[in-house]
Amino acid sequence: MSLILSSAPHIRTGNTTARLMGNVLIALAPCAAAGVYFFGLRAAIVLAVSTASAVLAEFVWQKLARQKVRISDLSAAVTGLLIGLIVSPTVPWWTVMIGSFFAIIVVKQLFGGVGDNFLNPALAARAVLLASWPTRLTSHPAVGFNVVDTASSATPLASMKGISLNDLLFGQVGGAIGETCKIAILVGLLYLLITRTISWRIPVITVGSAFLFNLAVSGSLNDSITCILSGGLLFGAVFMATDYATSPMQSYAQTIYSVLIGVITVVIRRWGVYPEGVTYAILIANIVAPLLDRFIPQKIYGVTGKKKEVKA
Amino acid sequence: MKGTFRGGVHPSHKSKNPTRGVKTREYVSDTVKIIMNMNIGAPAKPCVKKGDQVRVGQVIGEAQGFMSVPVHASVSGTVLAVEPIPYLTEAPSMAVTIQNDFRDEWVELNPLGDVEHVDPALVIPAIQNAGICGMGGACFPTHVKLSLKPDQKCDTIIVNGAECETHLTADHRLMLENSRRIVDGLRAVMRALDVKNGVIAIEDNKPDAIAAMKQASFGRQGVKVRPLRTKYPQGGEKQLIEAITGRQVPSGGLPIQVNVVVLNVGTCAAIADAIIDGKPLISRITTITGCVRKPSNLRLRIGTLVEDLIGECGGFSEDAGKIVFGGAMTGLPIPNTAVPIAKATNGVVVYNKRDGASVEEGPCIRCGKCVSVCPIGLNPFQIKAAADADDLEKCKALHVMDCILCGSCSFDCPSRRWLTASFKNAKQKITLQAKKAAAAQQGGTAK
Repeated sequence: MSLILSSAPHIRTGNTTARLMGNVLIALAPCAAAGVYFFGLRAAIVLAVSTASAVLAEFVWQKLARQKVRISDLSAAVTGLLIGLIVSPTVPWWTVMIGSFFAIIVVKQLFGGVGDNFLNPALAARAVLLASWPTRLTSHPAVGFNVVDTASSATPLASMKGISLNDLLFGQVGGAIGETCKIAILVGLLYLLITRTISWRIPVITVGSAFLFNLAVSGSLNDSITCILSGGLLFGAVFMATDYATSPMQSYAQTIYSVLIGVITVVIRRWGVYPEGVTYAILIANIVAPLLDRFIPQKIYGVTGKKKEVKA
Repeated sequence: MKGTFRGGVHPSHKSKNPTRGVKTREYVSDTVKIIMNMNIGAPAKPCVKKGDQVRVGQVIGEAQGFMSVPVHASVSGTVLAVEPIPYLTEAPSMAVTIQNDFRDEWVELNPLGDVEHVDPALVIPAIQNAGICGMGGACFPTHVKLSLKPDQKCDTIIVNGAECETHLTADHRLMLENSRRIVDGLRAVMRALDVKNGVIAIEDNKPDAIAAMKQASFGRQGVKVRPLRTKYPQGGEKQLIEAITGRQVPSGGLPIQVNVVVLNVGTCAAIADAIIDGKPLISRITTITGCVRKPSNLRLRIGTLVEDLIGECGGFSEDAGKIVFGGAMTGLPIPNTAVPIAKATNGVVVYNKRDGASVEEGPCIRCGKCVSVCPIGLNPFQIKAAADADDLEKCKALHVMDCILCGSCSFDCPSRRWLTASFKNAKQKITLQAKKAAAAQQGGTAK
């Protein structure tokens, strides 16, 4: 009788990479549904193109590079869907496709594939698209079924006045496909927390620090509530800042990283030339993340831990 | 207040413990193979030969030095063989095979009587002569742990009844069925070391054991029962000490450096048997579960072969893929069923071919789960990268030597990475390197 000799532990958690990524896809579903509900078929096409082209790019790259094809881990699908959700529904399909290709090939695969990229692929792609076609990315249609879509407004943050809190919460505002309906984002967050896909630390501290910093510099509670409910802050805090590969691992480092995102977002929004700062805030924090992990000392049992006096 | 520690995981317990509510039964096999190896320290030297008649409790292997304990016959009968057999260690281990005559004739015993009145100076020698070593899995000679150097002090003895490993219920059953003996053993050690404080620590998923131990320790001087939060690896020595005393064992150090000695519940009961009845350690409770028809807790003689105890449990219920000594998180796989159980074998778990299959490792996605579950506070993903690159210096700098090999990181890794296995390997290599360096230095000074 021959028995298997393999090292402990002999059981593993049910959470695989594919299941965690699947959880993210499920958590994104309400946002995608809200986007399609508010913006119609165009939004559905954008999401389908962005997701499919990200998966295709990963498949083709891994085939050409003679690597094991890992599209079944769903990480490319998550990146693709995220790209679709953070662009305007009026963006032409080929622009989205370029974004997905760039995210997967340049930002992810050229740096070593899943886990080795230092920037969030979806946000890096958005930054590139924003630099290449600034007007296409930021002109958002007004929302509503009977509104003619040529009635584009400027980006919502540039014309924020006169929008009610209710509209902000339910997504009765212009904006990127997945970012407008805050309720959908919160449902997604709840799902990610319940399934323990992410911890509360990064989303809560990111939004909280943006709120507090805005309150400190503006002195207005109203303005601060609007600040956290508008633009891409909530979406970014829940789905982008929590990206595994590009956020720090230690809890202290995660706290600093989150505060950094919150503060930079507000700084860019208030004093920068761009009306929206979440993308750049997270990308900057991504770059800082490895440094934070490295330079914030670990607490190791028996090495740096608390040392209680032992009575002799 | 329930004691606990940071990090850790929750491998599911209930579904895997069909032996929880089942009373322990005794099983004695036709033959036993008693190995001479201890996990640490010199193996005992066989002092019987083929054809000898032996009685239960007779010394068949003599201790070799301070770090070693004698080995006793666990049945009466005829010595069939004294030969090396393949064991869990790399090198074969010397073993004495005895044909049981089922007469159960004991050697003359030398009981010391009640633990509250025994001369404290006699306790530690009695423990050594009874062949007692850590029964929680490490098999470290107990008298060594208890022989304090002049500069060492002990103020607390912790009895480890956490049993945080999956599948195992042997300690749980012992606490229910033999509670008094555990308290007796603890009291004997407290008196031997003149310690005022004895704590029996039990995870709160065993309320019946907590109640039984509370009842048994009622009115016993200085003995307390402390519930612990159920979380793996709560029974790890370092985690247990922190949960009970708030102290941390210094890196590379021993519990006695924070004035604590930790003993397993089984070890305590064996100490009581040695003092009160004068009996050496010849049997223990082992949980047999997994793919067997009748999962059980058996009181087994040391040296019972796995094939015999599987038979006693109704045989395999499915094709066996892997058999592990111990729980799922830290257990050691055995090469075949002709292997005997030893003093520290607390469980024999049978996995079918599917569950026993080795899993394939995927790329690290840097999710950070290994970091958040590590009870020591290490960065397992970084150490793994260094270990894969065979960079032992970097492994050391990342504190791989502080890793307790609990398996939490591997358990929680969504990419199924072999973290713990690579740390074990790196630790062994580093230890070997240090030994070689020490030997080279000694050789140098000798010249």
